[in-house]
Amino acid sequence: MTPPARASALLSRGRCFPAASRFRRPLVRAFCDAPPSLQDAAAGVASSQDQSEKVDGMKARPDELDIAIVGGGMVGLAVACALSNMLLTKHLRVGIIDSNPALKSRNYLKKDGIPDSRVSTVTPATISFFREIGAWEHVQYQRHAFFGKMQVWDYTGLGYTRYSARDVGKEYLGCVVENKVLCNSLLLRLQEENGDIEKMIYPTRLISLAFPSKSRQAPTSAAVSSGYTSEELHHSNLVKLELSDGQTLYSKLVVGADGSKSNVRRTAGIKTTGWNYPQSAIICTVEHITENDCAWQRFLPCGPIALLPIGDNFSNVVWTMSPEESLRHKSMSPEDFVKSVNNALDFGYGPHPHSGSLDYYMEKLFSDIGSTAASTKECFEVPPKAIGVVSERMAFPLSLKHSHDYVSKRLALVGDAAHTVHPLAGQGVNLGFGDAAALAKVIADGVSVGADFGDISLLKRYENDRKAANVAMAAVLDGFQKIYSVDFGPLNVLRAAAFHGAQYISPLKKNIISYAMGDTKWPLFS
Amino acid sequence: MLRRLGPSLRRALLTSSSAVPGCGGVQLTEPGLLPLHALPPQWRLCSSAASSNSPPPPPPHPSPSQGPKRSADGSTVSSLNPAEVAKFAAIAETWWDSEGPFKPLHVMNPTRLSFIRSTLCRHFRRDPNSSKPLEGLKVIDVGCGGGILAEPLARMGATVTGIDAVDKNIKIARVHAASDSSTASIEYVCTTAEDLVKEHKQFDAVISLEVIEHVANPLGFCESLSALTVPNGATVISTINRSMRAYATAIVAAEYILNWVSLCPSCIFWPHPLRYILSCVVHWVGEKCHSFMASFLEPFR
Repeated sequence: MTPPARASALLSRGRCFPAASRFRRPLVRAFCDAPPSLQDAAAGVASSQDQSEKVDGMKARPDELDIAIVGGGMVGLAVACALSNMLLTKHLRVGIIDSNPALKSRNYLKKDGIPDSRVSTVTPATISFFREIGAWEHVQYQRHAFFGKMQVWDYTGLGYTRYSARDVGKEYLGCVVENKVLCNSLLLRLQEENGDIEKMIYPTRLISLAFPSKSRQAPTSAAVSSGYTSEELHHSNLVKLELSDGQTLYSKLVVGADGSKSNVRRTAGIKTTGWNYPQSAIICTVEHITENDCAWQRFLPCGPIALLPIGDNFSNVVWTMSPEESLRHKSMSPEDFVKSVNNALDFGYGPHPHSGSLDYYMEKLFSDIGSTAASTKECFEVPPKAIGVVSERMAFPLSLKHSHDYVSKRLALVGDAAHTVHPLAGQGVNLGFGDAAALAKVIADGVSVGADFGDISLLKRYENDRKAANVAMAAVLDGFQKIYSVDFGPLNVLRAAAFHGAQYISPLKKNIISYAMGDTKWPLFS
Repeated sequence: MLRRLGPSLRRALLTSSSAVPGCGGVQLTEPGLLPLHALPPQWRLCSSAASSNSPPPPPPHPSPSQGPKRSADGSTVSSLNPAEVAKFAAIAETWWDSEGPFKPLHVMNPTRLSFIRSTLCRHFRRDPNSSKPLEGLKVIDVGCGGGILAEPLARMGATVTGIDAVDKNIKIARVHAASDSSTASIEYVCTTAEDLVKEHKQFDAVISLEVIEHVANPLGFCESLSALTVPNGATVISTINRSMRAYATAIVAAEYILNWVSLCPSCIFWPHPLRYILSCVVHWVGEKCHSFMASFLEPFR
């Protein structure tokens, strides 16, 4: 029954409520005052919006969304994909606001060609998430590289660690995928689930964001009696987004997925804690003679250098160093750069580690604890030589940043907008995907009990779930960064001992691998 | 004894005696706890449906008393307690403040809704994975207060009517519901269950949570709720026991007072007082009940 019809029905029944009539009559009048404006609003909506769809019997205006995702990067798209993949949340009107032209793509990216230097190492936990939301099969049609082995050592030559997926009974430790492939796969899955996603994507920038200021709990009966239309009342409770193409959107929930310099976070007034590392990272793609099937990481005095397989004979280099050095390396000739990379991975800065008698002793000592990991017995290997650098070298500064709050009323932050970590363990985007999965689940739980999913008490559950895990990871990585940035004799030996421990103490090694793979939520003692 | 109960039951603490206030002198006895094997299978099934993380319930529940006393000649007289009405009216603004005096209700709400959703889906054979499983059902929330329960039910697709005897609550509820298009269709009326019965109104599901403890005549109240339910409909009642030992409180949700099937009283294993009341109702109104399910929702862990 429409409100006006209901009002008149109530009036006609007015005779039958003698006992409560002295409470009801004024109410009925108030109710009657409202309907004409409600009716006008309804009529206005009906005539002006030809393309408004009927959603469950109620007219849904095209400028009203349930969830507005600001930022169409990997994590933003993952949130959208996860929501459209669950029965409970499929029907929600989701919009993605990002002016990146890559969001127009509707095809697989070609496998030939030079791999992009912006890649991510996705952990098995992330791969399961992608499988669940149906995006992994699209990744498999595009370039990607699984790796089952990893070697970590440093410049002192005092120790090394080799990890293998077989240590924990798995087939792979992770998969290296270009960021554009991840984005494209999520986009293709969205397209599959939603038909035409043109309506979902707003290829513009967000200019301003206004959160509802007054709380709904204050009775706005004054508002009702002073003739506010239902539409105005309704909009006063939503977030208002103004876009650069002049559109104005209203949404029940805004998801801030716009990266570490998040405007959404700034507008909401959420503070962060963090510091800049005195380091920048250089990334590029290099080529080898044969395929690389192992992930290599060497800690150097100024920062770690990592060599990650990306597929075919290519590898991705992530080299962390001081900002001045990174500028120098960015501008030197490609041949010099290749020499520099090979040097850094080989004899540069220090000797190769070798197994000494202490190592044999440790191996024997700890072989009784649990089952020995297969990689314990593996010897140190020198990484494959790079024969040329095939992509542009990019440099960017590194920092740690963590938001004090992940949520506020009608807002949730995910991915780098909530937390930025050091790239030394390739964990950053995996934390973001963890956020996306957790947020989607919390929203689904909210829908299942008919809650208003912009309500902060619901969103707090997402924050409680993710914050602790993200802070722990950020702290671990920060710890590593700090420990490895000091060249000090006794500390070097301590680090070496740690390497040895990680190499020869199998339960510890398995624990480290599981944590890095995303199988366990907490490092150690889980 | 508690150890022999299932794990979820084990943590639900049955309160000991508490007379329902204003019960008019009805004596409620304290049955002992019964071993798990004596419980009907529905109870065991249902007990796994509920667990909640909410903190201890609070002080007085905010719904006003609703039921009329039955006078000797059988005619009903409305017995709203003006003092109670005034007390609740005074804090009506804080209904929707999730950190205010109604905080425990807000915290408990998802659990209650999850329970109601799963049981109504089962009863009306709806798909529990649907986003609007209660579509097409006429539901009434008796003692709706500010609409904390009515709004989520509307979002789940039900056609909701909310009634309350405190006018201020109805006003607050209307304004709050109007600001969200998914809840703007809720019909709020300031009236009583008995009045609606006189109108011969009927609903597919009649829900009255945390009201019965305020009612002067719980038996009459249950009778009214039953009369408001269509045949093969569902009635859901819950109450929090407010005894001194309420720190270890269990919420008992009595479910499914349907209109047929005979019930053997000795087969009902209820924590009282609700069980006692319901068994009296069942006998008195001469109706047959299809199935009883009890569930203990532990409001905190």
